[in-house]
Amino acid sequence: MGLNRNVSLKTALRYKGQGPYLTYILHRIGGLGMAIFITIHLLASFLGGRGGAFVNHIYESWIFQIFIFFCILFHAINGLRITILDLWPKLIIYHRQAITIEWVAFIVIYGFSVFSIIRSALGG
Amino acid sequence: MTTKSRNLSIAKRGLMSFETIMWLFTRLSALAMYTLVIFGLVGALIMGAVNNMNFAEVMRWGFMPNVTHVQNTNLPDIDPWATPLWKLTASALLIIAVGHGVHGLVVIADDYIATAKGRQIVRICSGVMILSMIGIGLYLIWTS
Repeated sequence: MGLNRNVSLKTALRYKGQGPYLTYILHRIGGLGMAIFITIHLLASFLGGRGGAFVNHIYESWIFQIFIFFCILFHAINGLRITILDLWPKLIIYHRQAITIEWVAFIVIYGFSVFSIIRSALGG
Repeated sequence: MTTKSRNLSIAKRGLMSFETIMWLFTRLSALAMYTLVIFGLVGALIMGAVNNMNFAEVMRWGFMPNVTHVQNTNLPDIDPWATPLWKLTASALLIIAVGHGVHGLVVIADDYIATAKGRQIVRICSGVMILSMIGIGLYLIWTS
């Protein structure tokens, strides 16, 4: 036990894990982002008052919407890939192709979301 | 403790490890959340989302079918969006999502906290967080 890995943060950031590592770290960032911000959103709605209204006002801004949609949609689409490959292990040999399909699906759905968020922010 | 062979089937070696059960729970709860989100999206389309909401607003309703999430849209009447059916859907989604999410936080914490005592504290905190988040969430869903 113990955490004596002898890997500095700088080395970790230069880790060349390529596509699969990118999905791993984005999955973690998206999950953490959701856990932190949905917790704050629930507490702000529960406590209400001026503080709660201030926090929820930030949540409705288009910049925050673009961020949280990234977290949710990437985590959901990548999570579906992980679920399918883990529950049907024979498909694991296609996991790089699955990541390609995942990015196409993500870009289409996220692109539509960002488009409609920005369009309504511009008042259209 | 006896060694458990990788070659034994799940039926023979048992699925008794808590971490194994939670590994399976994470996958199955993901599928359950997909079902509930798609149910919410189909319901939104039936209730007239096409004419009165944009894509992002429909997605937001799908992620958590709570009536406060459609208050700022062009919908003429939001009463059908606040029925017990949607409150039950939102409650199910909340409970599954909190379990899935807090267990995810425990998995991340385990990457940085490696002592038995530390991990025990993380698990106690996660239990408190699950109960309080479900309590607050259910209160918000059923009073909004």
